Amino acid sequence: MAEYQRHEHDVLVIGAGGAGLRAAIESAHSGASVGLICKSLLGKAHTVMAEGGIAAALGNVDDRDNWQVHFADTMRGGQYLNNWRMAEIHAKEAPDRVRELEALGAVFDRTADGRILQRNFGGHKYPRLAHVGDRTGLEIIRTLQDYAVHQPIDVHMECTIVSLLKDGNRIAGALGYDRERGRFKVFAAKAVVLATGGIGRAYSVTSNSWEYTGDGHALAYNAGAALQDMEFVQFHPTGMVWPPSVRGILVTEGVRGEGGILVNKEGRRFMFDDIPENYKGQTADNEEEGWRYTQGDKNARRPPELLTRDHVARAIMNEVRAGRGSPHGGVFLDISWISAKLPNAEDHIKKKLPSMYHQFKQLADIDITKEPMEVGPTTHYVMGGIRVDGDTQMSSVPGLFAAGECGAGLHGANRLGGNSLSDLLVFGMRAGKYAAEFAGRQSSPKLDGQQADAIVRTALEPFDRQGGGEGPYQVEHDLQTMMQELVGIVRREDEIRRAIDRLSTLKARARKVSVTGNREYNPGWHTALDLQNLLAVSEIVARAALERKESRGGHFRDDFPEKDPSYGKFNIVIRRGPNGEVQVTREPIPEMREDLKKIIEENK
Amino acid sequence: MPANESFARNIAESGQRAAARSNTSAGTESHAATFRIWRGSGASGALQDYSTSVSEGMVVLDAIHQIQAEGATDLAVRWNCKAGKCGSCSAEINGMPRLLCMTRLSELDMKKPVTVEPMRAFPPVKDLVTDVSSNFRAKKRIRKFTPRPPDAPDGTWRMAQADADRVQEFRKCIECFLCQDVCHVLRDHQLHEQFVGPRLLVHAAQLEMHPLDVLDRTEDLKENHGIGYCNITKCCTKVCPEHITITDNAIIPLKERVVDRSYDPIAKLVRLMRGRKSTDTGQGEAR
Repeated sequence: MAEYQRHEHDVLVIGAGGAGLRAAIESAHSGASVGLICKSLLGKAHTVMAEGGIAAALGNVDDRDNWQVHFADTMRGGQYLNNWRMAEIHAKEAPDRVRELEALGAVFDRTADGRILQRNFGGHKYPRLAHVGDRTGLEIIRTLQDYAVHQPIDVHMECTIVSLLKDGNRIAGALGYDRERGRFKVFAAKAVVLATGGIGRAYSVTSNSWEYTGDGHALAYNAGAALQDMEFVQFHPTGMVWPPSVRGILVTEGVRGEGGILVNKEGRRFMFDDIPENYKGQTADNEEEGWRYTQGDKNARRPPELLTRDHVARAIMNEVRAGRGSPHGGVFLDISWISAKLPNAEDHIKKKLPSMYHQFKQLADIDITKEPMEVGPTTHYVMGGIRVDGDTQMSSVPGLFAAGECGAGLHGANRLGGNSLSDLLVFGMRAGKYAAEFAGRQSSPKLDGQQADAIVRTALEPFDRQGGGEGPYQVEHDLQTMMQELVGIVRREDEIRRAIDRLSTLKARARKVSVTGNREYNPGWHTALDLQNLLAVSEIVARAALERKESRGGHFRDDFPEKDPSYGKFNIVIRRGPNGEVQVTREPIPEMREDLKKIIEENK
Repeated sequence: MPANESFARNIAESGQRAAARSNTSAGTESHAATFRIWRGSGASGALQDYSTSVSEGMVVLDAIHQIQAEGATDLAVRWNCKAGKCGSCSAEINGMPRLLCMTRLSELDMKKPVTVEPMRAFPPVKDLVTDVSSNFRAKKRIRKFTPRPPDAPDGTWRMAQADADRVQEFRKCIECFLCQDVCHVLRDHQLHEQFVGPRLLVHAAQLEMHPLDVLDRTEDLKENHGIGYCNITKCCTKVCPEHITITDNAIIPLKERVVDRSYDPIAKLVRLMRGRKSTDTGQGEAR
């Protein structure tokens, strides 16, 4: 093996958002030596973007709430493709994870009697989201970060992992480079936790940052781990649509939770037009009832704007397609109308939705206390990811764990808003715990020098082609446009097949991209490497989308617009075949425990 | 509902306004602009001109990305969320410390070249990227959050919203370090190891004023964190993209505490008798 900077840890956590930080903290508490890899600076991970809140059945605002209702809501939202064991653990443990954040210094908004305040959100029966205005993600990441820096955790900032390393069948560590100098680093580890987030950069309209290139998905896949549910990509119904440079930036569901309504250009509140059968009993009959719900009336049912994200996103698309959209291809989201209901509406909006006020004022010249916002769907989240054991979060590769967005199972076909932040903490904690336990049972892994050298050679190839081929940005851009068009919100077999064809052309182009300059902080080179992961996950998403010939949750097939019950019995699982081909299989969902079935029945 | 009628009118008007805006901007009309960007490795470097085509809705970060894609592929810049929430893309635009993602071109005089430079208070790494690690080291030196025992048998606390409000202002901080960049103690005198700077004083303030925290960091502020270096020029407050009233709400109250503790004999006596907020419980576990 050539000379690389070498680090050794019991547990290596890749990714430093909510899940990675929580995993690292838990591993450190267990006495393991821990390395924490951040693709950016510490505290900048995508968790900061989470706005609305963290779902946990604390029952502080409505004491009818409990874990059983949260479990049933999560399963219904996921259209019963969820790993029910994960949904159970999540609902049971989320309250403890939230209370523990307070013990670490988080300052949530309060109820009148001084407890943690909770707000309404799509798909949640009761007000369940603990929050801090509309910057809950920032509060969580900062709380964990400020705690973690006082723990024995080695933080490696601005470091990107390009490959996992294996010792036979088991995990042995990872190889990456530091952004600043471009030096390669080898991390030897007895256990690895992937907490790398999502794949949003595979699409052109996205709320995700440059980091979201499916690194964990691709690393695990290349290391032989199974992925599942990759056809389920969540398009958040409300992203900004104007001006073009901000297209895709998230507009929190909290706007609707506080009473914001969706209307088309005719001023019609279209969400009342189509309410899915399994939500009819829980949805308001009229506008007045919906308003009362947002103001905390326990006898009122939720307004249709707070239906699940997949449904709301499609309803918006329908309005736009029917020619009833806003000038820039979205619809209107209006919170300013509440001035007809509340005497101090302007201050109320600024207090409840400060970042949204700020964001629209600064980026679009819109005062949301006075005029409606223009919004449309944006790629937001991937429900699919690394297939893990529901209790331990270990993948099919011994010693490789996954938590947060890059893991799969909790959300099934569609994630409820607010369930992501709780997912990060519940399963980040579990991954950290079981990774440390696993590491404790292992001897130090052997690192294969030739394996490392080969990875480094491949990673440096874009420099060898200096001046030869095209740059990486054009290929990335073409990939994003293609995925948006052909494997986006509405899918069809012929289009998906076309996408798979185009992907092989894009892959060939990516193999020839060249970069200029040297290895020091070189975004062109970084993009060339990230591009490999984006291409891998794009193909996986397309292949899974082709296999599911029905419409369910985040996956909508124009050629199969109905839900097909026979497709509700399995997950689509993806593995890397012996010749590098994408293998697609259907794996049956284990029979649910009787007590859990009963909970679902009782909450129908 | 009468509200609904006025509402429909409101929507129609808004749609017209949006459509009017889209006709004059939003990518339909673009023109060439020059960006004068700092390029360099370590301390050596120079401003270099790039011409690119811009339209009205764009922010400076969009222009930087466009320039990267059009040929300057190795132009180094930090960014993440592109929505003013992560605090990664701090730089100096026409000499003003700003976030690249929240600075719209329409606010700038586009007839002249737009100068984009790295934050000058920190050691340069490459192009627009600087070494901000001193801020992370400084935070480690500030003793961590240490809560009082829980108020309720179930291990939870009670806190009034009014008390939460006070620290929530400080907890809005996105750690962009623009306040550090503009602080003359750090920028001109480079006292990064002696003075933690406004960002970390805001951090200390949220701990000191946290409704649950029981530590007293007053002595640390004076002896180890260099609070005395700050002479309240309020430059930090002016550049804060989160509009945190850094000087008035965070630093001045901390300075007052230091003065009370160190120089007020009566207060010292009262404290001795009451024994509240002991300074030597720093090892208490926060968990």
